[in-house]
Amino acid sequence: MYEILLSQKLVPHVHMFKVAAPDVAKKAQPGQFVVIRIDEKGERIPLTIADWDREKGNVTIVFMEVGTTTHRLALLGAGDFIANFIGPLGLPTHIERFGTVVCVAGGFAIATIVPIARAMRREGNKVISIMGARSKDLIFWEDELHSVSDQLIVTTDDGSYGRKGLVTEPLKELLEAGEKVDRVIAIGPSIMMKYCAKTTEPFGVKTIVSLNPIMVDGTGMCGCCRVSVGGVTKFACVDGPDFDGHQVDWDLLFARQRIYLNEEKSSFEIWQSQGHTHS
Amino acid sequence: MAKLDLNRVPMPRQDPKLRVKNFNEVALGYSLEQAQKEASRCIQCPKRSCIEGCPVEIDIPDFIKAIGEGNMPEAVRILKDKNSLPGICGRVCPQETQCEVKCALDKKGAPIAIGRLERFVADWEQANMKSASPPIIKPAPTGKRVAIIGSGPAGLTAAADLAKLGHSVTIFEALHVTGGVLMYGIPEFRLPKEIVQSEVDYVISLGVKLELDSVVGKVVTVDELLNNGYQAVFLGTGAGLPMFLNIPGENLNGIYSANEFLTRVNLMKAYLFPEYDTPVKVGKRVAVIGGGNVAMDSARCALRLGADVVTIVYRRSEAEMPARREEVENAKEEGIKFKLLTNPKQFLGNEQNWVVGMECFEMELGEPDESGRRRPIVKPGSEFIIDVDVVIVALGTTPNPLIATTTEGLETAKRGIVVADEVTGKTVKPRVWAGGDIVTGAATVISAMGAGRRATASIDEYLKG
Repeated sequence: MYEILLSQKLVPHVHMFKVAAPDVAKKAQPGQFVVIRIDEKGERIPLTIADWDREKGNVTIVFMEVGTTTHRLALLGAGDFIANFIGPLGLPTHIERFGTVVCVAGGFAIATIVPIARAMRREGNKVISIMGARSKDLIFWEDELHSVSDQLIVTTDDGSYGRKGLVTEPLKELLEAGEKVDRVIAIGPSIMMKYCAKTTEPFGVKTIVSLNPIMVDGTGMCGCCRVSVGGVTKFACVDGPDFDGHQVDWDLLFARQRIYLNEEKSSFEIWQSQGHTHS
Repeated sequence: MAKLDLNRVPMPRQDPKLRVKNFNEVALGYSLEQAQKEASRCIQCPKRSCIEGCPVEIDIPDFIKAIGEGNMPEAVRILKDKNSLPGICGRVCPQETQCEVKCALDKKGAPIAIGRLERFVADWEQANMKSASPPIIKPAPTGKRVAIIGSGPAGLTAAADLAKLGHSVTIFEALHVTGGVLMYGIPEFRLPKEIVQSEVDYVISLGVKLELDSVVGKVVTVDELLNNGYQAVFLGTGAGLPMFLNIPGENLNGIYSANEFLTRVNLMKAYLFPEYDTPVKVGKRVAVIGGGNVAMDSARCALRLGADVVTIVYRRSEAEMPARREEVENAKEEGIKFKLLTNPKQFLGNEQNWVVGMECFEMELGEPDESGRRRPIVKPGSEFIIDVDVVIVALGTTPNPLIATTTEGLETAKRGIVVADEVTGKTVKPRVWAGGDIVTGAATVISAMGAGRRATASIDEYLKG
């Protein structure tokens, strides 16, 4: 059992937990994830590691309420326990002194990009970060990302904060303005990662994306998370989750993410009918 | 000499019509009377060849004799002296190719049903002895620490044996439960999870410590264990990586590895969805590709989950099928169809990326290949299409590369197997032993247990040296 030490609602439907998991904290690296299971009847789902404190032995996760499991998770708070918290899984993001790195985060993936930006900067890169959300009320950790970036651009879809538009627009402008970009890291909803990759492709800038297919064990055992990269089947849990965005078969990823759409819907309806509501 | 009784006492089983609608155990087990009748057939021959056939060398004639005499506590003692997991072995060991094939009565076509008797003794203990069993006598601690990686049959056997010798043993398990393939792979109707957990509890009662959720290679490495207080490490991580066909369309929705399908059903209890959160797709027309026990297990699970038609698609003929005869018969009885001498060429999908069909070749058998079985050859121009909603690929598994790639100085061979001495389980890396599927590739529960047993002897010798 893993205790939730701190729970905080960051913005509507997005939550942060600090979880006591000293062994995971000891080994966590940027870009890795954990697999959690709430209780005996729960499913195993992957959640990206947002931060860790090796000395205090805790790991920070940030998640959005999407299906039954994340909604149930959102009802837990400090002092509650999660049955299983397994990690750190997956390969860490490749950190190297590339020169100039653009870190793009969409939605709640802002939490994932912070440790990557921090590590990239520590390695001596110039870090330009772009974070985007639908609207102002969904923006969080702006200061955190700012503090690990040389430059930060914020966008909102509705223009309620920062510049109006999608993250791909400032990304494209940077590249067109002749900014020498050596690497792009794009993390967020799959569709956003796809379009970031499409944006950078004509400029030939290597773009790393963090894929989030459905997983079960997260250790390479089941193959549920298979993705196609450069025409080769890979298991995102052990070969990734980071891949070259220009090589990813996005349509396959989208399709495989929808395998259990009906079951997810019915499971959530049953859960709601039992008197549960959004947090 | 008394006249030989060649009538094996049949095992009562659930009616096929009923059992395809539930996940309860198919084989129901002997009554005391049936067990004693079967035990009385044993002629207690002086050669005791059955023991040679047992990878963990159970004193088979002795426990059978104890059953015959009605001395069940003695039968339990004899059995558990050599086998810490008798309820499991009694159910899933291929006795017909091990102990029973060596039985003097096998020549007459009616070997003693050793597996059924083993299961009877284990179940009898479960029902009658748990509270009354004498306290386990703890051996004098040696002060030596051993890390066991993986809690499947190899790891559990090694852990129990080493603990009985007084060593301090910790098992590291990647999943959230103990038992490995016994929990995620073999279905409830063939091996109830309650039996597995009660035998795991026995191993734990010997003083073995357990670290669940511990993915060795990620959260801690083998080298870190060796440098942090463990004198020896035993790798029993099995063969967890599923093989695919590598043909077009294999990533379509609805195509599972058997590992994923069985993990969802057995470990995550998808058959109880939505009470349990993990879903599984079943479909009306299911094809299972492969001819081993895992293929039979997958097919029989799919049927129980409500599929209309479940077809085993296998590229050779029935004679070459690696599955246990008994499991093939069970599958047939339940209505599983067999499409033999058939091999998929490609999978066909619809616009939503769901599998809808499987184009197959007809095959014929040629000369024997390196496995000794006749090689399947494609009949040119024989392509035909099978309509399917779900496909389960049960072609076998190879070791997960996680340990080998994160441990300095291990030697690996074809398909990622770890090289270890066949007798001692010693790897080329000092203080590291390995056994079970990680060394042999996918094999049986009992062969993994045998490897755990042999490695224990070698580890013990090293620790005492």
